[in-house]
Amino acid sequence: MSREGRMDTVDLGMPAVRPQHASPSSHLRGTRGFPAAARDALGDEVLRGNLTYATATIQAKRASVVREMRDWQKLRDAGSALKWHVTDHLPELLEQLEASVTAAGGTVHWARDAEEAGEIVTRLTLERGAQDVLKVKSMATQEIGLNETLAHAGVRVIESDLAELIVQLAGDAPSHILVPAIHRNRAQIREIFLQAMPDIDPEITDDPAALAGAARRFLRERFLDMEQSVAISGANFAVADTGTLVVVESEGNGRMCLTLPRTLISVVGIEKIVPSFQDLEVFLQLLPRSSTGERMNPYTTLFTGVAEGDGPQEFHLVLLDNGRSAVLEDPEGRSALHCIRCSACLNVCPVYQRTGGHAYGSTYPGPIGAILSPQMTGVSDPEDPNATLPYASSLCGACYDVCPVKIDIPSILVHLRAKEVDQRREARGQFRGTWDVAMKGAGRLMSSPRAYDAAVRSAGPLSRVLPGENIGRLPGVLPLVPGWTDHRDLPHPGQSFRSWWAAREKHSAATDQQPGARDEPEQPKAPRSGSGTDRTAQNGGEA
Amino acid sequence: MRISLMPTCLVDVMTPDVARSTVMLLERLGHEVVFDRRQTCCGQMHTNTGYYKEAAPVVRSFVDTFESQLEEVDAIVMPSGSCAGCVREQHPLVARHEGDAELEERAAAVAAKTYELSELLVDVLKVTDVGAYFPHTVTYHPTCHSMRILKVGPRPLRLLRAVEGIEVVNLPQSDTCCGFGGTFSVKNDATSDAMVTDKAANVVASGAEYVVAGDASCLMNIGGKLHREHAGDSAPRAIHLAQILASTREEPFVPSGTILGRAS
Repeated sequence: MSREGRMDTVDLGMPAVRPQHASPSSHLRGTRGFPAAARDALGDEVLRGNLTYATATIQAKRASVVREMRDWQKLRDAGSALKWHVTDHLPELLEQLEASVTAAGGTVHWARDAEEAGEIVTRLTLERGAQDVLKVKSMATQEIGLNETLAHAGVRVIESDLAELIVQLAGDAPSHILVPAIHRNRAQIREIFLQAMPDIDPEITDDPAALAGAARRFLRERFLDMEQSVAISGANFAVADTGTLVVVESEGNGRMCLTLPRTLISVVGIEKIVPSFQDLEVFLQLLPRSSTGERMNPYTTLFTGVAEGDGPQEFHLVLLDNGRSAVLEDPEGRSALHCIRCSACLNVCPVYQRTGGHAYGSTYPGPIGAILSPQMTGVSDPEDPNATLPYASSLCGACYDVCPVKIDIPSILVHLRAKEVDQRREARGQFRGTWDVAMKGAGRLMSSPRAYDAAVRSAGPLSRVLPGENIGRLPGVLPLVPGWTDHRDLPHPGQSFRSWWAAREKHSAATDQQPGARDEPEQPKAPRSGSGTDRTAQNGGEA
Repeated sequence: MRISLMPTCLVDVMTPDVARSTVMLLERLGHEVVFDRRQTCCGQMHTNTGYYKEAAPVVRSFVDTFESQLEEVDAIVMPSGSCAGCVREQHPLVARHEGDAELEERAAAVAAKTYELSELLVDVLKVTDVGAYFPHTVTYHPTCHSMRILKVGPRPLRLLRAVEGIEVVNLPQSDTCCGFGGTFSVKNDATSDAMVTDKAANVVASGAEYVVAGDASCLMNIGGKLHREHAGDSAPRAIHLAQILASTREEPFVPSGTILGRAS
């Protein structure tokens, strides 16, 4: 076959400009790696208690409403298939969405990164003379640090979601996708309100109803003030064929923001697209059951462009990339973009349950964050805190089981580990850390049967220098092992299985051959010459 | 049947009685066990830590060894859900990463004959009552990879319930990971410790004398924690499914002081 006649590359219409990672100002990277951040979080007893209680409660609720759905696995398949369709056709679907939104009277803006999105929203807000803006809880605007950007421009942002308001009043960061203040208990929330909420009754108790009442009074005043104002939201879904945006929330405060103001600005990640209105039937079943553990979501607001005399009279959609097209570039990692932000993977994750969300350093914590954040930001060097995220999992697989769109998180975690290792391997002088040396050495040994056999047979005798039946705490100067022995004992290697087997074979062969044995009864199974290996074990052993 | 034993590298060195018990059990059931000394490791540690390139020769060595036996043995058994899962799910992955289509095909042929112990017993040897005797209270930890990758389901429990004299009690939060996770236990040792602390506490709360599982790695983690934090004669111990199934009236299992060890 002639090479000349063949086309080696196919033009898939990929953009001429290589997709860029999320801008560094995004809230997608912490200041230190996961192991260190987790260690601190694990030491916080109150946090551990809050997390254990909250994740167990949500998890149990989810499990019970999922169990009652006979077609749950089929729904997951449908959700997954739709999301794969979207990743496969994203450019066309985005253009279709832009056309639909424009036709419905909205204005579409394209933002490559956090800075561009921040500039667009700030300009729109300032042009309308708004001093205060109300926010609907949104992950995309958290990710790009929009509140900070607006504050910098002199605009005050008020979060309307109760949990998000708690976080904002505390000057804190969200630690969960669905329940941003999951790390706080009601006594702590009472303290936050007393410190930061104007005109609060100083006698307020930590009764949840009383606290919610205080937040309601505080927010109502802001809602009533909205007629000439601006509100900012995200969206759970953006329907390409109708230009409809969908916001799924539990409190109704979001709906206030989506309907009362004059101008509505929605910042939406480009992956939030669903092809057609009918596809919502799948996701509006999957999302509430997976996230809040409800059969049906309480406040689902669908809005399409603008309608005269009804709702906001001006609508702007800011479509945000911020590293998403870079995620899309990796065929094995791209399904991280399928996430519908239900947070079921956080609640079920034994790591998240114990460390909480702040240890991940990103707006997106938990298992989904561990695969999303490093892909969005890219991982430039081994010191990058996001380089540690793919390792922040025991690969137990509970996340994959609960994911409503079947993102194979464990496989992507391993893929990202391999990517990180390969990147280090290819960079000159970087592939010589403790792990690299250990893994190279172990790999060589484990692919050399003869050397391995000798090493295993000597492990037992060698370990006899250590006293006792089990190995206790080992000194920290040793590489890697103290990570194990600091916390648990290790069995003392005695006679290896293969040594035991060889002895048994020898004994058995000797017994078999004793009557009339002629030559070398001691070594009936000596290594075969030339093969370099020795296949012992041909018979069933003694009875 | 003629069964090739892949005890796994960890069992071979650290908890050899698990492999010895597997041999005792299968021979008692009338099968012939063979062990090929050329075997090393399935490569899971390298693969799961992201060292695909270093895993590849280990996988190749594994495939070379067991492929050469395919004609002569009826099955390959591994007393580990996690390692059997690696053979089935990850060997083809590593081969693909290396661009080695031939290895991928050969690995799939070996994997097709490879079983975790409870799968071998229930599905291949069609036995649930293996004639074992173990007059103790046990609680069962399903282990993540047995449960979620191999999906062994109720097989181990069916085998356990058929054991004479045994009492199986419920383990609270049994399907939560013990925190082992291979190199996770060292790379994220504090988080791993928090997980195994809770697992050990649940084992103690179950009131069982033994916590049983199908993976020596998880058991080494749980047993190591129990030994460190809950030492004492009445503290529960870790035991592998193979050790219980190998135990008989004539030769009952008697634990030694070593984690997962047997008194000789």
